[in-house]
Amino acid sequence: MLRTRSDLEALQAECRKAHDPGLVTVTLCAGTGCRACGSLAVGEKLAGAIASNGFQGKVRLKRTGCHGFCERGPLVVLQPSGVFYQRVQPKHVDDILRKTIGEGALIDELLYVDPSSGSTIVKESEIPFYKKQKRVIFGMNGFIDPEEIRDYLRLGGYSGFARALSEMDGEAIIGEILRSGLRGRGGAGFPTGRKWDVCRKARGDIKYVVCNADEGDPGAFMDRSLLEGNPHRVIEGMLIGALAVGAQRGYIYVRHEYPLAVKHVAGAIAQARELGLLGENILGTGFSFDVKINRGGGAFVCGEESALILSIQGETGLPYQRPPYPAEAGLWGKPTLINNVETWAAASIIVTEGADWFNRIGTETSKGTKVFSLVGKINNTGLIEVPMGITIREVLFDIGGGIPEGHRFKAVQTGGPSGGTILVDEKGAPIRADMPAGGAAEHAVLPESLLDLPIDYESLTGAGSMMGSGGMIVMDETSCMVDVARYFLTFLTEESCGKCLPCREGIRQMLAILDRITSGRGQEGDIELLEELGGTVAETSLCALGGTAPNPLLSTIRYFRHEYVAHIRDKRCPAGVCRALLTFSIDPRACTGCGVCARECPSGAIRTRAPAPGESAPKLREGRLLHRVDPTACTKCGACFEACKFQAVSKE
Amino acid sequence: MAMTSAREASVDLAPAEEMISRYLEEREAIIGLLQDIQEHYGYLPRPVLDRISERLGLPRTQLYGLATFYRAFTLKPQGKHKICVCTGTACHVRGAVPVLDRIQSDLKLAPGETTEDGQFSLQTVNCVGACALGPVVIVDGQYEGHMNTAKIRRVLRRYGLKKEDDGDAADSK
Repeated sequence: MLRTRSDLEALQAECRKAHDPGLVTVTLCAGTGCRACGSLAVGEKLAGAIASNGFQGKVRLKRTGCHGFCERGPLVVLQPSGVFYQRVQPKHVDDILRKTIGEGALIDELLYVDPSSGSTIVKESEIPFYKKQKRVIFGMNGFIDPEEIRDYLRLGGYSGFARALSEMDGEAIIGEILRSGLRGRGGAGFPTGRKWDVCRKARGDIKYVVCNADEGDPGAFMDRSLLEGNPHRVIEGMLIGALAVGAQRGYIYVRHEYPLAVKHVAGAIAQARELGLLGENILGTGFSFDVKINRGGGAFVCGEESALILSIQGETGLPYQRPPYPAEAGLWGKPTLINNVETWAAASIIVTEGADWFNRIGTETSKGTKVFSLVGKINNTGLIEVPMGITIREVLFDIGGGIPEGHRFKAVQTGGPSGGTILVDEKGAPIRADMPAGGAAEHAVLPESLLDLPIDYESLTGAGSMMGSGGMIVMDETSCMVDVARYFLTFLTEESCGKCLPCREGIRQMLAILDRITSGRGQEGDIELLEELGGTVAETSLCALGGTAPNPLLSTIRYFRHEYVAHIRDKRCPAGVCRALLTFSIDPRACTGCGVCARECPSGAIRTRAPAPGESAPKLREGRLLHRVDPTACTKCGACFEACKFQAVSKE
Repeated sequence: MAMTSAREASVDLAPAEEMISRYLEEREAIIGLLQDIQEHYGYLPRPVLDRISERLGLPRTQLYGLATFYRAFTLKPQGKHKICVCTGTACHVRGAVPVLDRIQSDLKLAPGETTEDGQFSLQTVNCVGACALGPVVIVDGQYEGHMNTAKIRRVLRRYGLKKEDDGDAADSK
């Protein structure tokens, strides 16, 4: 039990001392992404091999949170050398221990090869995916075991809170946050210090702080990875916030779909309590604060703060009219400070490192770093942290490694289903940033395209998008923009709570029109009707869910009107996605007659035929027949298209 | 709410009673209690909801409201194998829809339903955050990555889908 600040400092020193620098550390990423690729089996094998093969006392295994490079999981990084192994399987474990650690030899097949240069890269820090990143919020992730508070303490954890507790009052803490320029990372970008100040000044015998970890945006997993990988960072932020506003209780509202995050946060709370960093009379100062976990029920609208409040209170999460804002009257009518996971983590770093350190990163109006989950049609799927002001081009091509399979970049979506919109290089862009403009013949590259837009709050908003919480979904020319708009509206129809009419009925009507368009029954005037409906829903909905719901729709119309027109007028889906508008056929010049398509077809729509007299069938194998699709039996499921290894099946 | 089925009538209430007691002791959130119940039973059985209503003094309509508002809850018993298709944006643009359609047509099942023989339940989830593997299908907690319409059928067969069920009896392999 820590009773004073010097107790804490002594324990931090003890943890540093206990961490023998002579040992080789094998860090294994055990975040959800790597676990899905089998990292737990690698961990078991590693633990067993270290114990039984004479590596005890020489090698230590650390199962850490997410390293970010999900595309290449399971990841293993050796410290202190920094050797980076990717796609590690249990069969590689013996070689890693014996060859690399024992003899200092590298294992070629596990090293990362940069696809653009073809060169083999040994160290994590030299991989292009990491080079342009600035990992502040996620800085410790690769070095600590999230289930072990001593790892966090070893790296100076809870120093910021201890400093605030003994040297600063509420006003000074908030002054520091204001000076840092930190803005809310949940999406809207409201200055964090101002929100804290309102809550501090609000009158109430009881106050609460809440960590909003109801990360409902599909394709976003920043908050999850942080809670999984470094839960103490977030708890420390909440302690600092509670101290600043005078709160006694905290809640972490986390999605139930994140069982590992719940487990790690619960463990962290228990460990912090045991050391007296949570509970009564913390570090002998008379300050008391404790945190509870609330598992969300899987309703997207509960990420909206008024709905979240009701959900914590055990009610259905129907948003209500604000003001009063939660900072003045929130949980059970008491002042409640609600921040997003990343905001809490940033606050703890700011108080630890100082506002001046933090606000040197980023742009004039957007300070610090931002975490994004970079997903979709991108080579390097993963979790990235970049300084504010970096361009979209750098993110997609330098960090993300460009678009897979030689496809062409089309659009990037930020801000999730209600928050954001689609950003696009209207004239098309080269597949790789370093490809000369001529490489994409019919699509000249604009020097001042939206790809060079810097990522900061103002620039994104100015371009008709927004920062959002950090989901960044990349799309290529095989993604249909009408289908994407329909996808988000389908999502929102299900997630609209139904309380206010514009959102409940408006979204449903917009979806009905999109259904019509994508099934080939679009009419002249549909686009205009969608625009009118979208405007009305945005203006008149009660909460942000409805208020921003039309964004994906309106922005795709803005940038891709021609795709809507193609669906409505020509009954054609240029991207080949909307199935009702597709026709599948087999090219006799490419068909080998192998029959895979017929085997995969669930509806028996593949027929055979002999080549017509004079018909060219150069690939057809001896004794085989050409295949064709019977349009009357075809259900357009696309199984043949996916199954054919010779690209003989086409859809248009 | 529907009439209590025979299966539900035989629900063992003892674990639920314990959970309710713990809830009353620790003053946990009601949604947390329902999650524990759902986790233990696989769904929210009617007799358990009745007991919660009695012991907590809450109207059953309120419990029903919570159970139907939040996606995490289901009022129907689940099948032996739980199939969960991620329909997050990243999986969507990588082709989750054809995969979901294939599962639906092979199992003759809509999301939220269970097959008559009680073998499979199908669900969709908005994002599991394993986007590098997309499209992802999770069967009994096992992640199946980079799915397409052909691969998902092989996965389903591993869990007991018979060949004649998927209309593919002609496949000689």
